[in-house]
Amino acid sequence: MSIVKLLVNGATHEVDVDPSTPLLYVLRNDLDLRGPHFGCGLGQCGVCSVIIDGNSVRSCLLPVSAVKGAITTLEGLSKDGKLHPLQQAWIDEQAPQCGYCQNGQIMTAKALLDRNPNPTDAEIRTAMEGILCRCMTYYRIQAAIKRVAHGTATAAVEAAQ
Amino acid sequence: MSTSLTLPKAIEDALLGANLTTSRRSFLKASGALVVTLTVAAVPGGSALAAAAPGPYVDPDFRQLDTWIVIHPDNTATFFVGKTDGGQGTGTAFRQMMCDELDIAYDKTTLVMGCTDVTPDQGGSGGSDAIERDGWPARRVAAEARRTLLDLGGKRLGVPVEQLVVTNATIALKSDPAKQVTYADLIGGKRFNVALTGSNIDATTGVAKVKPVNELRVVGLPLKRYDIPGKVDGSLQWAVDVKLPGMVHARNVRPPLAGASLQRIDESSVANVPGFIRVISRGNYVAVVCEREEQAIRAARQLKVEWKRPATAPFPASGELFNYMRRATPTSRTEPEILGNPDAAFTGAKRVIEAEYEVPFQGHTAIGPAFALADPSNGQMTIYSNDMKAYGLRNGVAKFLGMPREQVRVVYMDGPQVYGRTAADDAGFEAAFLARELGRPVRLQWMREEETAWDTKGPPYVFKLRGGLDAAGKVVALEYDACALDHNHLGYNDPETVLIAQLMGKRPTPAKGDAEAPSVMYGIPNRRMTTRVVGLPMIWETPLRTGNLRDPNGPQVTFAFESFIDELAVAANADPVQFRLDLLTASEEDTVFRRARSLAVVRAAAKTYGWDSRSSPKPGSAKGDILSGRGISYTYRSNTVAATIAEVEVNVQTGHVWVKRLVCAHDCGLVINPEGLHHTIECGMLHALSRALWEEVQFDAEKVTSVNWGSHPSLRHSDTPAKIDVVLVNGDPNPGRPDLAPYGAGEGSHKPLIAAVANAIHDATGVRMRRPPFRKERVLAALKAAGKGTAA
Repeated sequence: MSIVKLLVNGATHEVDVDPSTPLLYVLRNDLDLRGPHFGCGLGQCGVCSVIIDGNSVRSCLLPVSAVKGAITTLEGLSKDGKLHPLQQAWIDEQAPQCGYCQNGQIMTAKALLDRNPNPTDAEIRTAMEGILCRCMTYYRIQAAIKRVAHGTATAAVEAAQ
Repeated sequence: MSTSLTLPKAIEDALLGANLTTSRRSFLKASGALVVTLTVAAVPGGSALAAAAPGPYVDPDFRQLDTWIVIHPDNTATFFVGKTDGGQGTGTAFRQMMCDELDIAYDKTTLVMGCTDVTPDQGGSGGSDAIERDGWPARRVAAEARRTLLDLGGKRLGVPVEQLVVTNATIALKSDPAKQVTYADLIGGKRFNVALTGSNIDATTGVAKVKPVNELRVVGLPLKRYDIPGKVDGSLQWAVDVKLPGMVHARNVRPPLAGASLQRIDESSVANVPGFIRVISRGNYVAVVCEREEQAIRAARQLKVEWKRPATAPFPASGELFNYMRRATPTSRTEPEILGNPDAAFTGAKRVIEAEYEVPFQGHTAIGPAFALADPSNGQMTIYSNDMKAYGLRNGVAKFLGMPREQVRVVYMDGPQVYGRTAADDAGFEAAFLARELGRPVRLQWMREEETAWDTKGPPYVFKLRGGLDAAGKVVALEYDACALDHNHLGYNDPETVLIAQLMGKRPTPAKGDAEAPSVMYGIPNRRMTTRVVGLPMIWETPLRTGNLRDPNGPQVTFAFESFIDELAVAANADPVQFRLDLLTASEEDTVFRRARSLAVVRAAAKTYGWDSRSSPKPGSAKGDILSGRGISYTYRSNTVAATIAEVEVNVQTGHVWVKRLVCAHDCGLVINPEGLHHTIECGMLHALSRALWEEVQFDAEKVTSVNWGSHPSLRHSDTPAKIDVVLVNGDPNPGRPDLAPYGAGEGSHKPLIAAVANAIHDATGVRMRRPPFRKERVLAALKAAGKGTAA
C-alpha cells in the first residue's frame, strides 16, 4: 500500500492503496463515486470510462499510480447544479434504458464533442463504437449527441409526442 | 421501536434512492411522522422503513389498502407495488395508472418497487405482463383509495358524495369549490384501515370501479421517466454501490471445464495477497474473500485449484450442435397439434416447399456481470440486488440456507438489464451463502468471462417446415417440427438448480423444458405441429444452462416460422405483405380482436415504410457492391401484435449486412405512456438485431469459448439503423372503447425482428439465410455458394 494523490472533479484526494490497483476500484470504493461501473475489466465495453486530460479513458485497466492528469467522472460534469448539455440531452431524448453503461456513453460523447464540436454522423459512430450498450439504446444516444452538436430535436422523441 | 427511524444510511439510501429528490426526502420525513404517531407494525411498509430494527420481515398484506398507498401529511402519496423495472419505464407507467385512479398529480407521488418487506408480492417482473396483469390491481386499489377519501370528505364537508368533485388530491363541493378538504386533511399520516378482497393478489380489489378510458388524464401522457436523471448525473445509488460497515469482497473461482470436480485447493497460493481473508468452498463451489475488491479479483486469479476432468465429454462442440440435436433421443415431446387433414392436403397440393432452420445458443451477456450484496446482521439476511423476481430470491435463499422466510428479505435496486437473467439469480444465492459462512456482509460480483460463459442461455433450436400451395398460390397445408435443446431448463430462483446448488451437488428432477409451436394467426386449413425437447449429455454443472432469455422461445420460433412464410410467398410469386394480409383475412381466430388488430399493424407497417407491392427477391442491379432489400415479419405475443419491416444493405464483397431502416407497427391496446412504449419497442428491436447479426455462444467439447466482448460480439454503434419508425396502432374495431385494456409490450417487438432481417437479406440478394447470426463470413459464404459473392 502507498499513498496516491488524485485530482478528481476538481478536488484533491489521497488514498492509501496498492499502486497497481485499477483506478476504477479507487473511484468507486474509496471515493464513493457511482458514475463509472464495472463491466468487463478488460477495456472492451467502456462502461468504466472517465476523462483524463480530455481523453476518455477506461478506468478498469489503468493502474491508479499511472494517472498523471486531472480526472473527471460523470459526477463532475454538472457545474453549479446545472447539468452538462449532454446530460440534459440524454434526459430530453430519454436515452437510457437500464442505464448501467450510460456513464461510458456520456463521457465518451463529451470527449468527442470537446475535440470536435460538430461531428458528422459517421464521426459520432466511429467515436462511440467502443462503448457497448446491451439495452441497445444506441439510436437514442446518437440522437442525444446530435441534439447537442447540432441543436436538433429528433424524430424519435417528436414522434412519441 | 415505534419512535425510531434511525435507518442506517445505506439502508435509507437503498430503500429510498440516493438520488433523493425533494419528494422522496419528504416521504421519508413524512413516514417518520407515521412511525411516531402509530406503531411500526401498524404502518404499511413500516417494518421496512424502520429497517434498523431486525426482522421478522413479515409479508405486506395485499388485502389491506395501506399496503399499497400511503397519503402523507403534505398531501403527497407513495405507491407500493411488487414489480421491478429493468429500465423500460414500468415504474413511471404504474405511477401514471395509479395517479389517474387516485386523482392526484403525477409529481406529487413516489413509487417503491420490489422490496420484499415493503411492497406486496406481485412476483416481480417477467413475461411482459407488468401492465397487462399487475397494473389492474394497482389501478383498483388506487380507485378504492379515492372512493374511501370521497366518503371521508363527504362526512367532513357534510354533503353526499355525489355533490363532490376531486382535483389533484383535493375534494371540493361542486356547487362551492371554495369549500374543500385535501386528502392529507382527511388521512395524511394515518391508516386507511380498508380491507380489500380477492382470492389472490392479481384479483385484489375494493368496492370502487376503475375509470373508463375516456376519463383517464395521466395515462396516455408521454411523461419522462423518473429514473433517468439519476442515471445520467451519477447520483443514482445502484445495487452495486451499496456499502455496509464490515463489508468484504468476494469473487468466484469456476471450474475451468464443464463438469470438472474439485480435487485440491492450495490456499498458500494466495497467502501473499494483501487483504486475503478466506477461501470458502463446498462441493465444486469455490470463492475467495478479501477486504478489498481488487484484492479479491487478484486472489481469484491467483488461487491454485486442482480440478479433475469429467469422464465423458459434457457436450458436443458448437460446430456439431445441430447435428447432435437432430440425432438426440428426445427427453420429452408434445402431442402433435393437428388441424384439418394435412396429409391429404399435401398430396393434393400443386407445390410443396421444405426448409430447415437453426438457431444457436444465445446468451444474456448483461453489460454488468451478476451482482449481490448480502448482509447477515442480526441473524437476518438482507440481500441488495437487481433481481427482477426479488420475492422469488427471498423464498429461494430462505430455503437454500434453511432460514425462516421472515428472516430473509431482498431490497430491489437498479442494476444492469435483466430479461430473465436475474430470474435465476446465481449471485444472490452465492452472496447469501458466503455472508452466512463469514458472518459479515459480502459483496459479490461475477467477472466478465464468468458471466459470458456461465450465464443462463436461450435454448437453441432446429426446425423443419413444409408447406403446400395450391395452383392459385394459396397455402393449403403446413407442417412444423421444432426441436429445442432445453432439457433441465432453469426455474425461477430455484434453490436446487441455481448454479451454486448444482456445484454443491444438488440433483433435483430436471425441468422438462419447452419447445414451442409458433403463435399462428394465419388461416391455414390443414396443419400439423410437432415439438420435442432434447438435452445435452451433461445437464448439471455446465455453463450451457438454458433459462429464460427475453420471450424465451419467441425469437427463435418466429424466425423460423416467419422466414418460412416468406419462402412460401416467394414460391407463390406473391408480395410478402399482401401474402400475409391474405392469410390473416382467411383466419377465423379473433380473440381480443387479434385478427383485426393484426391486419391493422401489417397495413400500418407497410404504409409507414412506403412498401411497394412486388414479389421477392428484388429485381434490378446493385449499386457497386451494395445490394438493398426489404423484409417483413409479423407475429403476436399474448395479446400484443407487431409487424416489423427491415431494410438492409448487403455488401456482396464482404458479406456485411447493415440494417439501414426499421419500422415497427405495434398494437398493445391502451397505451399508458407513448414515450416509454416507443423506447421499449425500439430497444426490443435492436436487441433482436444484435441476436440477428452477432450473437452466438460458441464452445468446444469442454467449455464455452465465447467469454468476452471479443469472442462474443454484440451490436455496436456502427450497426445502428439510420432511421427507426415506431407506429403505435390501436386496431380495435371500437378504438374508443371505455374498457380498452393495456397489453404487454416488453417483448412484442423483439420477437419478429430476426425473420424480418433474414427476409430482407433474401429480398436484396436472393439468398436465404436460415441460421442466425448473419455475420459477414456466413453471409459471404452463402452468397458465394449461390454464385453471387463478388469477392476474390
